[in-house]
Amino acid sequence: MNWRAIRAIIRRDMLAVTRSKGVLLPLIIVPMLFMIILPGAFGYFTPIINQLPGGNMSEIELFLNQLPPAMLAQFEGYSFDQMMIVFMLVYMLAPLFLIIPLMVASVVAADSFAGEKERKTLEALIYTPTTDLELFTAKVLSALIPAVSVSLVGFLLYALTANIAAWPTMGRVFFPNTAWVILVLWVAPGTAATGLGATVMVSSKVNSFQEANQIAGVIVLPILALVVAQITGVMYFSNLLTFLLGLFFWTGGSVLLYLGARTFRRSEILARG
Amino acid sequence: MQKQPAIITQGLTRCFDEITAVDHLDLEIYPGEVLGFIGHNGAGKTTTVRLLNGVLTPTSGKAQVLGLDPSVDGALLRQRTGVLTETPSVDERLTGYENLSIFGALYNVPAADLDRRVADLLELFQLSERAGDRVSEYSKGMKQKLALARAMIHQPELLFLDEPTSGLDPVITRQVHTLIQDLSKNGDHTVFLCTHNLAEAQRLCDRVAVLENGKMVALGSPAALAQELWKGVHLEFETAYDALPGALRTLETLPDVYDVIQGEGQPVISLSLTYREQVPGMVARLVEAGVPLYRLTPKDPTLEDIYFALHENKPEVNR
Ligand SMILES: Nc1ncnc2c1ncn2[C@@H]1O[C@H](COP(=O)(O)OP(=O)(O)O)[C@@H](O)[C@H]1O
Ligand SMILES: [Mg+2]
Repeated sequence: MNWRAIRAIIRRDMLAVTRSKGVLLPLIIVPMLFMIILPGAFGYFTPIINQLPGGNMSEIELFLNQLPPAMLAQFEGYSFDQMMIVFMLVYMLAPLFLIIPLMVASVVAADSFAGEKERKTLEALIYTPTTDLELFTAKVLSALIPAVSVSLVGFLLYALTANIAAWPTMGRVFFPNTAWVILVLWVAPGTAATGLGATVMVSSKVNSFQEANQIAGVIVLPILALVVAQITGVMYFSNLLTFLLGLFFWTGGSVLLYLGARTFRRSEILARG
Repeated sequence: MQKQPAIITQGLTRCFDEITAVDHLDLEIYPGEVLGFIGHNGAGKTTTVRLLNGVLTPTSGKAQVLGLDPSVDGALLRQRTGVLTETPSVDERLTGYENLSIFGALYNVPAADLDRRVADLLELFQLSERAGDRVSEYSKGMKQKLALARAMIHQPELLFLDEPTSGLDPVITRQVHTLIQDLSKNGDHTVFLCTHNLAEAQRLCDRVAVLENGKMVALGSPAALAQELWKGVHLEFETAYDALPGALRTLETLPDVYDVIQGEGQPVISLSLTYREQVPGMVARLVEAGVPLYRLTPKDPTLEDIYFALHENKPEVNR
């Protein structure tokens, strides 16, 4: 592997991403929404809303009571408001966090795989003395690195916002728990790999950034399913389940990336025209 | 030229579904040579460049480029070739400098030499002043020059230029031509020049290969091809001013004379004849008509003559 060449391609792709508004904006706005605005609002306003006249406490209490017993055990010793906050910030938003690595990886990959075809810059790369595998590795890393970095930064912002916004109610640092650490370090990169793999597959069939981005967007569906499952109490993010979720995404991502690598051969790319 | 050929192909063929883009190509190109690969759109030029660089696999036949088999040692080979693709394919979001330095790393130019090399090329192509600007702000000609600089960043022994001047204005075209001539003059750069511009091929190339529907239909120096293929002749003669009207009237009556042009400011007429053998007859008729002939000079045939000689009775060929 020629790592100097790989680094050069990564540098090129990243420069290109930071200089395109269409690519950069979603990479900034979506993490801001999920990592700062949502936890800030939930953390700060939940107790206030609970106190509003007409706030239907008994229904929420009923809802909390039907949650899995193992999850309820985590709430030992919390007041009602604290329970609400922990439920929202630690559990309900956890699957939404996964949208970040998924989205960053697939937006950047759509730009670097399909977008490059659209801009006709791939041909110059194809004529360089890199191997197919080096080219593919470089392009995979140029999507994976920002996905993982944005997730890490997002997580830090989330932890900060959640603890500060909920301080009046919680009076202690309650975030993150072990499951979140597993989520950030193990599940998020796996999710990124899945989004990336799916986008690479889609990109081999379409010819523009927009098309690739839109079709690959379908991949958020399983994550929305997780959100629903979490809210309705079908499951909750225990350590084990979080770990297994990571395993699931890593497996899916690996399979998709393996298939993607097979579509990424110069001679095939040029033969497709 | 007894040196080992830079490029040898034997029966090189590439099909796409029903289309045979390159059809049993047999070619030998020698180091230091500028070979013109000419043919109209869709003739198979770009596909040949791809096959010779190991970025597309042949359907059958084989090639040896710089002693390597492109489909086996593609990466090794591409380290020694430079390719200017048909669309410049430079990165619009990056600056000119970044485009060159990143490709320098991709072509394994030693890091210590890279800055110097980039600066030299920017200078050579008169892009130094705009080196820090995004390429999206460059003109078409500047992008093409940048792409050419990029193809040369690693000082390749063998340079493929795929229609390097198509769509460029005459000034930039001139610059690119001078560069190509300099390349072939100093040292043993081999240049594989794809073009559908015959004047360009004639001006720059030692030999030309004419490609038609994937098949090579002629190969040789422009002069040799003319000798072999073109039966006509271009002539210029000098007469007296007062004899010009009579001369023109006489020429009008001769069926095989065409492209008659009267020179400006001189009693000179240039014309073309379909067959060389018709020259004595034409001269006899002019003399009979009392036209004095002070000078009669043959002119070199152009590649265009050869091209159309090859394509005679093939009106479907588009220029
Ligand atoms: N990837 C491809 N898929 C299908 N047909 C192709 C492909 N590439 C080239 N062709 C066809 O092969 C022929 C030769 O094309 P090309 O080599 O690009 O010609 P040129 O460069 O001389 O204009 C054309 O008929 C073209 O349509
Ligand atoms: Mg072409």
